[in-house]
Amino acid sequence: MQFTFTEEQRMIRDAVAALLAEQSTSAQVRAAMASATGTDDALWQALAVDMQACAVLVPEHLGGLGTGFVEAALIGEQLGRHVACVPYHATVGLAVSTLLACADDAQQAAWLPGIAEGTTIASVAGLGENERKSADGARFRSHGDGYLLCGHFAAVPHAHVAGLLLVAAQAETGDTALFALPAGSRGLTVRHRPTMDQTRAQAEVLLNDVALPASARLARTDEKSLATARVCATVLIAAELLGVADASLAMAVGYTGERRQFGRAIASYQAIKHRAADMLLKAELARSAVYYAACVASEALFGRDDAARKVAAELPQAASLAKTYAGEAAFYNAGSALQLFGGVGFTWEYDVHLYFKRAQGCSHFLGSPALHRERVARALLD
Amino acid sequence: MKISFSPEDEAFREEAARWLADNLTGEFDKLRFRGGPGDEHSFIDERRAWEKRLAAGGWVGVGWAKEDGGRGATISRQVIFAEEYARAGGPGRLGHIGEGLAGPTIAAFGTAEQKARYLPPILRGEALWCQGYSEPAAGSDLAAVATRARLGNDGQWRISGQKVWTSLAHLADWCFVLARTDPASSGHHGLGFFLVAMDQPGVTVRPIEQITGSSEFNEVFFDEAVAADLLGQPGEGWKIAMALLGFERGVSTLGQQMQFRGELDEIIRVAKDNGAAQDPDIRSRIAEAQMGLTVMRYNALRMLGGDAEETRAALVYKLHWASWHRNLGKLAMDVLGEAAELCDTAPYGLTRLQSLFLFTRADTLYGGSNQIQRNLIAERGLGMPKEPKGR
Ligand SMILES: Cc1cc2nc3c(=O)[nH]c(=O)nc-3n(C[C@H](O)[C@H](O)[C@H](O)COP(=O)(O)OP(=O)(O)OC[C@H]3O[C@@H](n4cnc5c(N)ncnc54)[C@H](O)[C@@H]3O)c2cc1C
Repeated sequence: MQFTFTEEQRMIRDAVAALLAEQSTSAQVRAAMASATGTDDALWQALAVDMQACAVLVPEHLGGLGTGFVEAALIGEQLGRHVACVPYHATVGLAVSTLLACADDAQQAAWLPGIAEGTTIASVAGLGENERKSADGARFRSHGDGYLLCGHFAAVPHAHVAGLLLVAAQAETGDTALFALPAGSRGLTVRHRPTMDQTRAQAEVLLNDVALPASARLARTDEKSLATARVCATVLIAAELLGVADASLAMAVGYTGERRQFGRAIASYQAIKHRAADMLLKAELARSAVYYAACVASEALFGRDDAARKVAAELPQAASLAKTYAGEAAFYNAGSALQLFGGVGFTWEYDVHLYFKRAQGCSHFLGSPALHRERVARALLD
Repeated sequence: MKISFSPEDEAFREEAARWLADNLTGEFDKLRFRGGPGDEHSFIDERRAWEKRLAAGGWVGVGWAKEDGGRGATISRQVIFAEEYARAGGPGRLGHIGEGLAGPTIAAFGTAEQKARYLPPILRGEALWCQGYSEPAAGSDLAAVATRARLGNDGQWRISGQKVWTSLAHLADWCFVLARTDPASSGHHGLGFFLVAMDQPGVTVRPIEQITGSSEFNEVFFDEAVAADLLGQPGEGWKIAMALLGFERGVSTLGQQMQFRGELDEIIRVAKDNGAAQDPDIRSRIAEAQMGLTVMRYNALRMLGGDAEETRAALVYKLHWASWHRNLGKLAMDVLGEAAELCDTAPYGLTRLQSLFLFTRADTLYGGSNQIQRNLIAERGLGMPKEPKGR
């Protein structure tokens, strides 16, 4: 057991941190938010193509680095710190996890190399569960040698910039299947739509009798494979939220150290220090939960021996924990930062709202804390 | 980063589990799951004997360095032993202040003679220790200790003053005492760290009745009591006292977590039996307790990984476990509902969960209260301004 980072893991983390410090500044984030796609193309080029950040989960024989989930989580954490406007979670968290868990060798060979080299952006529609009444969903039926897909999803992360869209759809019988749709497929309409958090762009997806060959249906869509994909995606979004929690705290500590009222820095007041201490508590517990869950996800996706299988069994609980703790830490810390900044925290000019909105925007994505708690409760009590 | 255990570690786990299964039997069988917080006063003689049995098996000082007489086990194996001990229902350790606090501190700061004198009795499970830090006027503000140490013409240090809240002082053979070597000093300066035998005319121990009706802690009066040893130099007391608190956050926390696990499991059993498990509020609180305990383990693993970047994990640990445990006590009462009121026996024989509820109110006080923890986290973890002082 070795619960510390390797030298390579630190190098990846530091390289991404340096890139983002340079290329995901407040001004650059705001420019990307206001752009037509809500995405920073130049940053994506640097991250995905030059640095091969999407290759960490892709096996070597498919052109990837085959390193593991911990590396992905460290990258996600840095992206969260900068509320970077890139489709990393969509491509790696959602799509690569899904392809690894659900696609066969031929399907992986068709899609993963392009993702690894940074030329294919991908996303997944319908992987999470609907917690509220929703018209979202897709249906499929047989059609000749292939299938026909119909359906609608109100908000799919970065689907409008994706070259590959994976869609979960139900048959009449209730069976779930996953389909790989190249962008531009006939009958597929994808529209970037405004969302409250503008740093994580989303798109509406309409499927109108999209015809697909049999090979477009992913090979394994049993509940276990789907769950593996879903929980891996959950761990990576938790990693981004950890970054949000951390950055919010850093902003608050910086600002309260400078701002003076009643003749001294407001950071010297115990009420402010204790709030900051609670923020650090939440961030550090979230960090423990995220790193642990990332290790478990690595074992689940790549581990082959008995010890790995034993650890992999912890994945659902570890992911629920990571999402709950990181999500609550992000919201608590961003909300606290807003309070500690006073009036300027309420302005568009200061960055606090970007973090506050990102925290809110991700809090229901792939399961709210309430859903995850109930999942844990079910495993313990029913 | 890797979290699965190696085959060698798993073999060690089996060895530990087998030894515990073979030895927690016969006269020791009744000790299973006993002697924890709120239950410290039970089976004292048997638990003294158990300390020796444990020591004979080589299970005291598992994490101590080999040159100090320990096993020199890796962190992974210390984790494993702590987990197996708690899983087997190993009783609350009477020797934990010696093994976990006094021993490592003496190993770090003692002379060769001091180590030779004090470490072996701890490793044999014979010497029990207690911690003489707090005083009536020095609680959170530990640097306000007023107990005096005076160097006599005979070369002996003599201690006079009063300590309070001293856990297990009524059973201990030894006490480490923080006392002022320089009567003109104040604050962190002029303190010494003394090793004092409890069985002598100058030491009086008076039990204090606790919220639970039982007595685990005491007042200790020193009246010209002879100190057997001074650890380090006069004036180094504060440095050593603080280093000791660092050892407090060691691997023993993982054993403590297994005890927490047992408590949560009992609460879950009750909730399933009495229908509380169907109540949405209770469900959510039980899930939260489960998650809080799991993250405690992950956090401890990070902390024990010893990574220099991970000091913040250690800094928040006490605040988390103490608050978590206190909330667990309240959850236990709420799961029981009105039945939570009913004692086991007359006159005031508390049930295990009642003890849990009451005793956990201390967790957020001792070892640095939640407020003091937050001050430390803000100042050391975040570099925020220090608290103003009245002195
Ligand atoms: C069960 C139990 C066992 C113990 N065992 C031992 C033992 O074996 N050996 C030993 O030496 N001691 C022991 N203690 C003592 C323990 O360490 C002290 O109780 C603790 O340090 C708090 O001191 P106090 O009780 O004097 O409270 P105070 O210091 O008087 O605190 C009262 C309240 O004020 C708050 N407060 C104090 N200072 C500040 C500040 N600067 N900012 C904000 N809030 C503040 C505290 O958080 C607390 O809520 C034990 C205590 C308990 C309850």
